[in-house]
Amino acid sequence: MTATQAAPARPAPSAPVTARRRLRPGRLGVHAFLMAVSLAFLAPLLLAVYASLRPYDETSEHGYFSLPRHLSLDYYRQAFTDSGMTKYFVNTMIIAIPGVLVTLFLASFVAFALARLKMRGGLVLLMLFTAGNLLPQQVIVTPLYVVFNRIPLPYWMSDSMTMFDSYWAVVLVQIGFQLGFCVFVLANFMRTLPKEILEAAVVDGAGVWTQFWRITLPLCRPALAALGTLQFTWMYNDFLWALVFISDGDKLPITSALNNLRGQFFTDYNLLAAGSVIVALPTLIVFLLLQRHFIAGLTLGSGKG
Amino acid sequence: MPFISGRRTGRRGPRRYTRRDLVVLGALLGLPVLLDLAIVWGPTLASVALSFTSWDGIGDIEWVGTRNYVNLFTNYPQFWPAARHNLLWLAFLGLVATPFGLLLAVLIDRGVRFSRFYQSTLYMPVVLSLAVVGFISQLVFSRDQGALNAVLGDTDSPTDWLGDPDLNIWMILLAAAWRHTGYVMILYLAGLKAVDPSLKEAAAIDGASEAQTFFRVTFPTLRPVNVIVGVITVIESLRAFDIVYAVNHGRNGLELLSVLVTDNIIGEASRIGFGSAIAVVLLTVSLGFVVTYLVQELRGEKDR
Repeated sequence: MTATQAAPARPAPSAPVTARRRLRPGRLGVHAFLMAVSLAFLAPLLLAVYASLRPYDETSEHGYFSLPRHLSLDYYRQAFTDSGMTKYFVNTMIIAIPGVLVTLFLASFVAFALARLKMRGGLVLLMLFTAGNLLPQQVIVTPLYVVFNRIPLPYWMSDSMTMFDSYWAVVLVQIGFQLGFCVFVLANFMRTLPKEILEAAVVDGAGVWTQFWRITLPLCRPALAALGTLQFTWMYNDFLWALVFISDGDKLPITSALNNLRGQFFTDYNLLAAGSVIVALPTLIVFLLLQRHFIAGLTLGSGKG
Repeated sequence: MPFISGRRTGRRGPRRYTRRDLVVLGALLGLPVLLDLAIVWGPTLASVALSFTSWDGIGDIEWVGTRNYVNLFTNYPQFWPAARHNLLWLAFLGLVATPFGLLLAVLIDRGVRFSRFYQSTLYMPVVLSLAVVGFISQLVFSRDQGALNAVLGDTDSPTDWLGDPDLNIWMILLAAAWRHTGYVMILYLAGLKAVDPSLKEAAAIDGASEAQTFFRVTFPTLRPVNVIVGVITVIESLRAFDIVYAVNHGRNGLELLSVLVTDNIIGEASRIGFGSAIAVVLLTVSLGFVVTYLVQELRGEKDR
């Protein structure tokens, strides 16, 4: 039991010890409440880890909520060898890494143009991007499905010979859909940067590209780090796009592939638990390591739907 | 801190762009705009247009007027349950999960010890994929081996939490709230940190109780956060899909509008016109909220 409890890297309760306060009953109540809620929030995750370490026979006989007799990493081995989680993990990276990089690059230029160049119609453009990110995905999925089926691609780009059932479709949609959020956040961020630096550069005769790449972008590093963390998690976690635009089971990203661990007639939930832990682990690690960026990203613009 | 905005400066004569500048601007502004139009706005309009046709994706596109909508409202038994579930989702997240997140944020913001630990733990579910949330909820709520039934000690006639069509939507809502609460909490926590402490002090000097201070002074200043949380709650409820799809593909009591859209297009029937009509219903509802939000933003933009 203790072994499993320690498994997920829990953040050390590094309480910044401020001036020592006396524990009044009211404060104690708040602590009890927060602790209870925190444990309730952690419990499902711990249960998944616990279940994934135990053989099916045991949990089917005694239930998940029983003392362990055998603990092993067999399900993790099985998920990696038999179900090819490595392959799906690579698929996810093929989608998420270019997705995040291109989105950030394009969005930061749009944001720069909107926030710094004071173009006419900038506000309309900003609204167009922001509102686009708030639409339900289901509204755009049908026409894209039809169109992607009709766009032929050469074999070296897609072995299905169409845009449908290729990574191009998923990456493109991810980029197009997430642009709105990033533009919104970055434009808000760039507005808070001091204008004087840019003005000095303009006086020195810097072109638009230099103003963007050399002057503005380096100042946006915190915002880009925050957005990058957030976007990576979102693209990693995405479920719908691959489900609709990819039909070849071997090309599925890891979240959508989780469904494959479910047998047709019989589901070994412990295997599924192991799969869930494997899928959740990278985002949890990213979160625990880059928590500051993560929260900054959300609160910077927080227009995400 | 007042934002330094460019808008007030007005035009200091037209800024000159060199040819190279124009090429950079054209390419790097044109590409994202085109992408946004091609991926988001074009398909949105196409969905609206297709909803008035009886297209199956292969044959000719036939115009059928509002027949899809009439069928949808009168003749499609899954529609109203699905719409009801979406509304329930909205009500549950809006009236239970969101206030709960606010409460947690307020408690943590009072500077209790271990606040970092609480904050991280409560936020952790937010980074999980909704599909994973769906799978984990199966471990908790499964009838024969689930943790919930084990805790309840209910072995003679175990409740099938996810199989009972009257019950399962509530369990799924709990799972959704698990994730939503932390999200709301983080947003409010950031908002609360930005509230000017002198406001609270002034209220305290005037003899306001803690509750009064919160509801009369703090909460009104959180207005921008409230708007954002509201938009997120609405959008999240309309988009809800992954959890139910991971649990049972959105059937047997877990129907949602988003599931119906997906079923109609990638299902065997391939009723693209009909699926689009459902999507347009979703669009109409969400546009109402999105426009309200944008008007707010626009007003804020002008004030800056």
